[in-house]
Amino acid sequence: MQVDLRVLRYDPERDSKPYWAEYLVESGPMERVLDLLHRVKWEQDGTLTFRRSCAHGVCGSDAMLINGRNRLACKIRVDQLGRRISVAPLPGLPVVKDLVVDMEDFFAKYRSVRPYLVNEAPLPARERLQSPQARARYDDTTKCILCAACTTSCPSFWAQKSYVGPAAIVNAHRFVFDSRDEAAQERLEILADKDGVWRCRTVFNCTDACPRGINITQAILEVSAAIVERRI
Amino acid sequence: MLLRYRGGEGMIAWAFHRISGVAIWAFVLLHVVDIYLVGGNPELYDEVLKVYASFPGRILEVLLGAALLYHALNGLRIIIMDFWPPLTRYHRALWYGCWAIFIAVGLPVAYEIMAPVYGWPEFFR
Repeated sequence: MQVDLRVLRYDPERDSKPYWAEYLVESGPMERVLDLLHRVKWEQDGTLTFRRSCAHGVCGSDAMLINGRNRLACKIRVDQLGRRISVAPLPGLPVVKDLVVDMEDFFAKYRSVRPYLVNEAPLPARERLQSPQARARYDDTTKCILCAACTTSCPSFWAQKSYVGPAAIVNAHRFVFDSRDEAAQERLEILADKDGVWRCRTVFNCTDACPRGINITQAILEVSAAIVERRI
Repeated sequence: MLLRYRGGEGMIAWAFHRISGVAIWAFVLLHVVDIYLVGGNPELYDEVLKVYASFPGRILEVLLGAALLYHALNGLRIIIMDFWPPLTRYHRALWYGCWAIFIAVGLPVAYEIMAPVYGWPEFFR
């Protein structure tokens, strides 16, 4: 079948503003939006620019606004979208070219929550043991692939770019509730800031957009509760 | 972006919450002015009350009641999830529950407000 593919394109060196480019692409129902973008780039217009790496929903490079929602182009199929498909860059981040956005601010916020294990105790002989129950406490938030679909679907982030965003909070949650970690208090202090967890308005766009099915809103609310409980 | 992004029930719930919040704030401003008139200009206050009792005034009153009811119910939904984060899994069901209560409470209230205009029997006066 033929798919009417609309792509919001923008080359800052040539275009004064973004514009919708239309392509007719031959596609099967089980093909993915990434396959359509490849077909356009390889067969119709080699200047079309987008990111992708693993192409199998693991690396998180190809998150885009597809038919009005943030999704991974390599995970969403044509039969889930219909014959008219629109693709635009992730909302709220500066566009570098076409579907490529500048992720530097996103990763800076990610780094701000110290998203790694902090434990100053001497290394044990073999490993830092953890019970299955303690491991299960933060299992959901280990699944994040940093695609930015959550943060850029959040109205609070669109309105206030200084908001740390759901992805950074998810990655803080992953270590705050890790029984082996010793920097939970420090992370909670960072997230208790006015641009931390309190900007969440329980909109659920982040949870709906997450391609890994993480219950992001729950993670944010658990971090909020941890901040409150530690202060009382 | 707000109008371009096709969010689900959570985004619609949030948008209604914001819109109803602004509507309630506008009413509170109006209420401050009309209460001031009780002492400041009683004749004008009586005129304002007549506007409230008119057909368009009662329609606005129904809309105010709807905004208050929705804002209160959705606010409780958010508070419940704040206290019990695992309930976020059921946020859609909670929202539909809000609408069920909204209709069950809102329809009789709307009837009661509009009844005098149409000469319908009033049950709570």
